[in-house]
Amino acid sequence: MALRSVSRLLVNSQRCVLFTASRSQKTAAASPWDAEKSGEKKQVKTPKAQFNWRDALDLDGLLTEEEIMIRDSFRTYCQEKLMPRILMANRNEVFHREIVSEMGELGVLGPTIKGYGCAGTSYVAYGLIAREVERVDSGYRSVMSVQSSLVMHPINAYGTEEQKEKYLPRLARGEILGCFGLTEPNHGSDPGSMDTRAKYNPSSRTFTLTGSKTWITNSPVADICVVWAKCEDGKVRGFILERGMKGLSTPKIEGKFSLRASATGMIIMDEVEVPEENLLPKVSGLAGPFGCLNNARYGIAWGALGAAEFCFHAARQYTLDRIQFGVPLARNQLIQKKMADMLTEIAIGLQSCLQLGRLIDDKKAAPEMISMLKRNSCGKALDIARQARDMLGGNGIADEYHIIRHVMNLEAVNTYEGTHDIHALILGRAITGLQSFTVGK
Amino acid sequence: MHRSSEVKHVASYLNTRGCECFGQPCESHCPVLTDRTIHVQLKTFIKIRVKPDRTGVVTDGVKHSMNPFCEIAVEEAIKLKEKKLVKEVVAVSCGPQQVQETIRTALAMGADRGIHVEVSGKDYETLGPLQVSKIFAALAKKEQADLIILGKQAIDDDCNQTGQMIAALLDWPQGTFASEMTLEADKMKVVREVDGGLETIKIKLPAVVTADLRLNTPRYATLPNIMKAKKKKIANVKPADLGVDVCSRLEVLKVDEPPQRQAGVKVETVDDLVGKLKEAGRV
Repeated sequence: MALRSVSRLLVNSQRCVLFTASRSQKTAAASPWDAEKSGEKKQVKTPKAQFNWRDALDLDGLLTEEEIMIRDSFRTYCQEKLMPRILMANRNEVFHREIVSEMGELGVLGPTIKGYGCAGTSYVAYGLIAREVERVDSGYRSVMSVQSSLVMHPINAYGTEEQKEKYLPRLARGEILGCFGLTEPNHGSDPGSMDTRAKYNPSSRTFTLTGSKTWITNSPVADICVVWAKCEDGKVRGFILERGMKGLSTPKIEGKFSLRASATGMIIMDEVEVPEENLLPKVSGLAGPFGCLNNARYGIAWGALGAAEFCFHAARQYTLDRIQFGVPLARNQLIQKKMADMLTEIAIGLQSCLQLGRLIDDKKAAPEMISMLKRNSCGKALDIARQARDMLGGNGIADEYHIIRHVMNLEAVNTYEGTHDIHALILGRAITGLQSFTVGK
Repeated sequence: MHRSSEVKHVASYLNTRGCECFGQPCESHCPVLTDRTIHVQLKTFIKIRVKPDRTGVVTDGVKHSMNPFCEIAVEEAIKLKEKKLVKEVVAVSCGPQQVQETIRTALAMGADRGIHVEVSGKDYETLGPLQVSKIFAALAKKEQADLIILGKQAIDDDCNQTGQMIAALLDWPQGTFASEMTLEADKMKVVREVDGGLETIKIKLPAVVTADLRLNTPRYATLPNIMKAKKKKIANVKPADLGVDVCSRLEVLKVDEPPQRQAGVKVETVDDLVGKLKEAGRV
């Protein structure tokens, strides 16, 4: 069986490759025939660096063995267990709650948290995980990001020991699902002016929360909500709300054409009584939510490139297979140029994400770095997905080819967690020292 | 069951080979004590190429991974440990430096420790079932293993020999092509998938079992386990230390690609077909 199944590919073309490669290496080679005869003996001396379009700048060479194992193991899970579900999940707008439990079993929820049933791994590993999930679907990665960075992280960073013991292990296992409520119908890029209010009642030692949040991933099916509300002192604080609290409802948002495989909804609070033990005490002001968002944005920077990689690989395979005018589409210059652009952006993007991950692990990263890479990865990925869709022609609009799903999803990914333009303003402020968020100041 | 305290450990053999697209001979060949062979499987799009000197196939730069049958064997060993029927699972692989990755994968799945039998260079290219089984027989004696589980065959060379040879060398009973194995007192009940159907046998421990496809579904290594695997030990051993000579008794004369498929011939009628078959001497 071993040799029988050798596909009769390219002995000839292979010879050419070896031949050319060995030739270019050896300045001393007398003639092509010498190079070929000496064959492998000479090549062992000068190891030739092969260009690998799948990993153009050898990202793998910069990862630790553990990171590679984590990436490979999780990639296998994503391709074997998530990929088969996504077509119908996206088409019929179904959220498979089970995937949260499955990911919990694999230990990839809240992976950077130490203790409480979490793996305690590096931020680079978190990025690699996000990339693999988003290679399948951005909606699935959104679910994972919310659980890990926007629910588990604030409880871990800003919560009491009791809150951590109570919620983190169950969140890590995927037993309970959380959501993050910051954005409001009238306050998206401008969360500081939020309308949701939290009033303290000294008699019952509770807070009364009133307001509404929108575009909340997971909310229709979430068990807990980490909601940010303005207190009477004008400062924004975080509260853990649980499903079942009176006055709390989470209607689903209908008619979404992006991230359809993930459930998105609102959080409506009509005088919800929240015990004071559910306040996240260790932070006040917008630093709280922004700390969480930065955590999630880092994962998105990696993730978006995973989606871009899928689109690039899919477009490459399609254009190699499809014959028009007697040749594969990939034979055409316009097609190759598009792929060259995709390859370049992905390779460069990944290297920058790796550097950012290492800086975060060394505690040397600034938020503007994360803004820069979230913006870059999302913008470039959206572009790559659109180009790839175009390369597939008519088939590109069919969800069976998956690319159109990524195109739709990346519209949301480019927008949430800070729009492309908002991150530009964050960087602009860092560059010039002048803020351009508001007028007249 | 009282037997669990007597079963010292299950040795897991990992066969690591690099194969391109299922069924190509690969570099590392290490039987896993538990998994007879963890085949290294090149699942991706790498095309198999015959080396220009026709002594084998190109394995440089080809990604190696665990043999699927060996993965099943590791999974079975870990299941036995989880049921507290065995005390320790040892994953073993023979080959060059890179097989350590495969051993780590077994550790990440739950094996307790690993043994890397170093075989590299020319020795590795000619390493086959006979040498591997000798290495494993020696190791089994040294480690005092009670059970050896391996994959039934490597998907690169499809030899399906190592498990059986180990059993012969150790004079242990063997249960091959296992689709079910149950420990009952001091005997292992093995349901074997054979051509005629399913055969159930009971073999006394210590024994060798080779895993077939339906024995179980291997688990994904979880993140915490992958991180724990870093701390687990992998011991380094050379075949000479075990008193094994890895010199091959086989010489590969040549390796060729299969012949190009010839065009077929269309005929108009059944009579024509019969006529052509007679011409070709087939009828």
